Amino acid sequence: MKKILTAILTASIIALSSPAWSNDDALTSNNGGVSSLRGLYEISDVNKAEDLKRVQREQQLIDRNYVQQPPMIPHSIRGYQVNLNANKCLACHSFKNAGEMGATKISVTHFETRSGTTLSDVSPRRYFCLQCHVTQADAKPLVENTFTPVHSLR
Amino acid sequence: MLKLLKRLWVIMKSPSTASFGFILVIGFLGGIIFWGGFNTGMEATNTEAFCSGCHAPIVKEIRETIHYSNRSGVRAICSDCHVPHNWTDKIVRKVQASKELVAFAMGTISTEEKFQARRAHLANREWKRMKENNSQECRNCHQFEFMDFSEQGKRSVSQHSTALASGEKTCVDCHKGIAHQLPNMEGIEGW
Ligand code: HEC
Ligand code: HEC
Ligand code: HEC
Ligand code: HEC
Ligand code: HEC
Ligand code: HEC
Repeated sequence: MKKILTAILTASIIALSSPAWSNDDALTSNNGGVSSLRGLYEISDVNKAEDLKRVQREQQLIDRNYVQQPPMIPHSIRGYQVNLNANKCLACHSFKNAGEMGATKISVTHFETRSGTTLSDVSPRRYFCLQCHVTQADAKPLVENTFTPVHSLR
Repeated sequence: MLKLLKRLWVIMKSPSTASFGFILVIGFLGGIIFWGGFNTGMEATNTEAFCSGCHAPIVKEIRETIHYSNRSGVRAICSDCHVPHNWTDKIVRKVQASKELVAFAMGTISTEEKFQARRAHLANREWKRMKENNSQECRNCHQFEFMDFSEQGKRSVSQHSTALASGEKTCVDCHKGIAHQLPNMEGIEGW
């Protein structure tokens, strides 16, 4: 009787202290106990979606952090069509229309091809504005970022 | 049968025994009923379901636009922008719409491809029409006099308080494609 009791006791002590056992979750779950950007969720689970970020109609432009950074878009762009048929952005930002619409002209880099030739109209690789320019919203960085602008931009 | 008709004719011909006032009232009521029925018929052809019969691709597109879904839940349907609320204009437009029936019979936009090919032409007609009536349809809902510039964005104010206020430009000059996908805009003023 005493022997059996000791056996059970030792067995349970081992069981409780064993890392394999206490880490039971990690073994049976499919995320390996690793927390990803969306938090510690089972891969197969659908977690609650974040609230959509609201784009203000107009905002102060957020300063650029480095020289080659595409500036953010300080206004709403709802319903602006950019496709084969039409480019609403250029209706305000092209050299031709910028003056009348009071918008910033696209810079000359937007006319350059990959090989460095300057075209007479927007270069195909700069046609789809939203590839590089995005609207501004009050969004917290998802991962820590330690980037600091060069001295002259600080 | 012939007898009956003859008797009816006699009754119709002879001066009525009914008072003049009574006849007037009957005529008046008849008029109202006729006018009402006419109007209801007009309203039935103004529904989105009616338009979608022939304009299915357009009805599909409009779902993403501000006039279909927005924060206040107020909608503009096809007929708000395409049939003027003004009575005389309305009838003129209906007569023109009968032309659409002819075109439909000929199948000018009967397939997606045909529609896309003809789209620029149709859009141009629509811009021209709205330009001529000073965007009356837009103004039925959006009235310049009640625009509060302190509530509008900077970009809106800078255009509305100048080109719009002076009458130099009208809504469709600047707001093309507000409700639909645009056709090829090459060569269109302002694009
Ligand atoms: C109705 C005219 C209009 C349209 C259409 C428009 N913009 Fe603008 N945009 C402006 C104006 C005006 C400014 C300047 C705002 C300011 O100075 O506060 C601006 C500013 C910007 C800026 C910041 C430029 C800077 O000063 O560094 C970017 C980037 C931009 N827009 C991108 C876009 C993109 C991309 C689109 C299409 C999706 C677009 N815009 C459509 C009028 C427009
Ligand atoms: C491949 C990325 C890319 C695309 C696509 C692109 N841009 Fe840019 N844009 C940039 C970068 C990078 C800058 C800042 C450096 C520069 O001027 O080249 C910039 C600058 C700008 C500026 C500010 C210019 C100035 O003088 O301050 C405006 C306005 C602008 N872009 C508008 C547009 C519009 C409108 C489109 C679409 C027709 C567009 N961009 C497409 C990368 C891009
Ligand atoms: C019987 C089918 C049919 C119905 C129903 C119909 N349309 Fe059309 N619509 C057409 C056709 C066909 C055309 C193209 C005419 C052409 O090719 O010249 C057209 C063209 C148009 C145009 C282009 C402008 C113009 O003057 O040609 C507008 C706007 C339009 N329709 C609006 C409407 C609206 C709004 C409704 C609902 C109230 C509606 N249609 C219902 C067949 C129809
Ligand atoms: C907010 C106003 C508005 C509403 C709502 C609207 N339209 Fe239009 N429609 C226009 C304007 C403006 C044009 C001129 C072309 C453009 O700017 O896109 C047009 C053009 C058209 C054309 C010509 C072809 C084209 O694509 O340009 C057709 C057909 C048409 N509309 C049908 C419809 C139908 C069907 C509906 C309902 C589902 C509808 N419209 C709702 C404003 C409106
Ligand atoms: C039936 C009424 C009605 C008609 C007709 C109408 N609109 Fe609108 N429109 C609205 C409403 C309501 C909103 C705003 C919804 C909101 O912001 O909650 C709106 C919003 C807009 C906006 C703001 C877009 C944005 O992104 O904030 C523009 C621009 C506009 N309309 C232009 C037009 C033009 C141009 C026409 C004529 C072709 C037109 N509207 C016809 C009711 C109408
Ligand atoms: C000279 C050009 C021009 C004319 C004419 C014009 N608009 Fe605008 N409108 C703009 C610009 C630019 C904006 C801001 C950018 C955008 O929303 O695309 C704007 C914005 C708007 C907005 C959104 C306002 C806000 O800031 O919330 C509405 C609604 C509107 N317009 C309706 C109209 C109506 C209705 C008419 C005709 C009575 C009209 N506009 C005529 C250029 C014009």
